[in-house]
Amino acid sequence: MGEFRMPSLGADMEAGTLVEWLVKPGERIKRGDVIATVETQKGLFEVENFEEGIMGEPLVRPGEKVPVGTVLAVIHGQGEPLAEVEERAPARPAEEAGTHAGQVAPPLRPPLSTGTERIAASPSARKLAAELGVDLGTVTGSGPHGAIQRIDVEQAAARVTEERPAEKAPAAPTLRDGMRQAIAAAMSRSNREIPHYYLGMEIDMSRALGWLEGENLKRPIRERILPAVLLLKGVARALGTVPELNGYWIDNRLQTSADVHIGFVIALRDGGLITPAIHHVDKLNLQELMAAMGDLIQRTRAGRLRSSEMTDATITVTNLGDLGVETVFGVIYPPQVALVAFGRIMERPWAENGMLGVRRTVTATLAADHRATDGHRGSQFLEALNNCLQNPEQL
Amino acid sequence: MTREQLTEIIFRILKEIAPECDPSELLPEENIREILDIDSYGFLQMLISISEETGVEIPEADYSRVFTLGGLLDYLMLRVY
Repeated sequence: MGEFRMPSLGADMEAGTLVEWLVKPGERIKRGDVIATVETQKGLFEVENFEEGIMGEPLVRPGEKVPVGTVLAVIHGQGEPLAEVEERAPARPAEEAGTHAGQVAPPLRPPLSTGTERIAASPSARKLAAELGVDLGTVTGSGPHGAIQRIDVEQAAARVTEERPAEKAPAAPTLRDGMRQAIAAAMSRSNREIPHYYLGMEIDMSRALGWLEGENLKRPIRERILPAVLLLKGVARALGTVPELNGYWIDNRLQTSADVHIGFVIALRDGGLITPAIHHVDKLNLQELMAAMGDLIQRTRAGRLRSSEMTDATITVTNLGDLGVETVFGVIYPPQVALVAFGRIMERPWAENGMLGVRRTVTATLAADHRATDGHRGSQFLEALNNCLQNPEQL
Repeated sequence: MTREQLTEIIFRILKEIAPECDPSELLPEENIREILDIDSYGFLQMLISISEETGVEIPEADYSRVFTLGGLLDYLMLRVY
C-alpha cells in the first residue's frame, strides 16, 4: 500500500490545491500515470503517480488547498484483497489529512491568502474571482460537491455590481502575486543557505553557430534548431566531465545524479518564471532536444506541465537570450548545487594565435554551491563546456 | 496578397505569440522582438506561422532583414504571390 501525496513542485511551493481527480477509486494505475491535477502559485500541473496499484478513495476533495506532503489518496497494492481495499478506503475528513501533512512539511511562511482556503472552486473561477475582486467566501457553488464555477463567480460579480454600482472592487491577490511570493521565498532560502561562488568564461561561438547555420539550411523551417539547444547539450556533455555539479545538496552532503535533467528557465509573458526540467538531456540528440524544449515552452505557457518536470531537475540553465545582457549571475535553485547562465551571443573582438578578429561569443557563468564543489572543479566544468562548443558536430 | 493583408496576418500571428500586446501600435522601424519582448523561440514560431500562411520561408541568413515590421513587410511583399 502506498500513499499519493501533494508533491512539492519545486523549492518554492508550500501548498497546492487539488483541482481534479483523473482516475476513479478502484481503477488500476501504473507508475507514471497522470492521476490528478494540482494548482499552485505557478499554475496548473498534471501530477503523476509513482506506484503500481489500485486507486483508493480520495482523501482530499477537488478545490481543497493542502500543504505539501498531505496524503491525497491511498494506493492499494495489486495483491491486496479487495475487502481490505474497501475497508481502508473510507474518506477521512480533509482537516485530518491537512494536520498530518502539516507535520510532514511545515510551511516556511504563513499562507498567502487565508480567506479563500478550503473553498472548493475551479481554477478558472478562482482566477476570475481574483480579477473581479469577488470574495469566494460569499459565492455559492453550483458545481460538483458545491464547487464554485466560473458562472457562479460571474453571477456573484453581477450582484455586487448591482448592489454597489459606484464602488470599485478592491484588487485581490492574483496568481502572479502568488508566484512572485513563491520565487521570493525560494530565492531568499537559496541566498541564505547556499554559499555561492561564481565563475565566468567567454566562449567563442563562431564555430558552433556556423555549423548550426549550415545544418539549419538543410532543414525545413519547422525543424530548425536554436542556438540555445547547443548550449543545453554542451552543459549536459560537460557535466559528464564534472558530475559533482549535477545533483542535490541534501542532509549535509552532495548527492550526485546519474541522470541529467536540466531545469530550463522559462519566462512567462505576464511576469514570473517557471523552471521545468528537460529530462535526459545527455541522451537526446539535437533534434530531439529542440523538440523537447519547444514542447516544454508551449506546455509551460499553456499550463500543462507534469509534476515530475517540476521536481526532478538536477541543475538549472538560464539563457537570457540574444536580446538581453552580456553576463548573468544566477541564484541556485535549492537543493540543486549549480546553475549555468548564458548571456547574449554577440560580436566581439577576439584575439587568437596573434591575430585579432571579430567573433560571435557568449559569456557562460557558473554559479555553484561551495559546500559541494570548489572553484577548481567549477573551472574544469567551464573548460569542458567550451571544448564541447568548439566541436559542435559531436554534440 | 496586399501589404494590408500581410500586415493583418502578421498582427494576428504576433497576437498569438504575445497575447498581452497590441501589435498595431508597432512602428515600421521598430524592432519587433524588442518592442514585444519575444524570445528566440517565439520569433521562430512567428516565422513558422508566416511561412505557413504566406508560403514564404525565411532563411536564417535573412533574419536581419525581418527584425522590423517594415523590413518584414518589404521582404514578404517581394516574395509573396
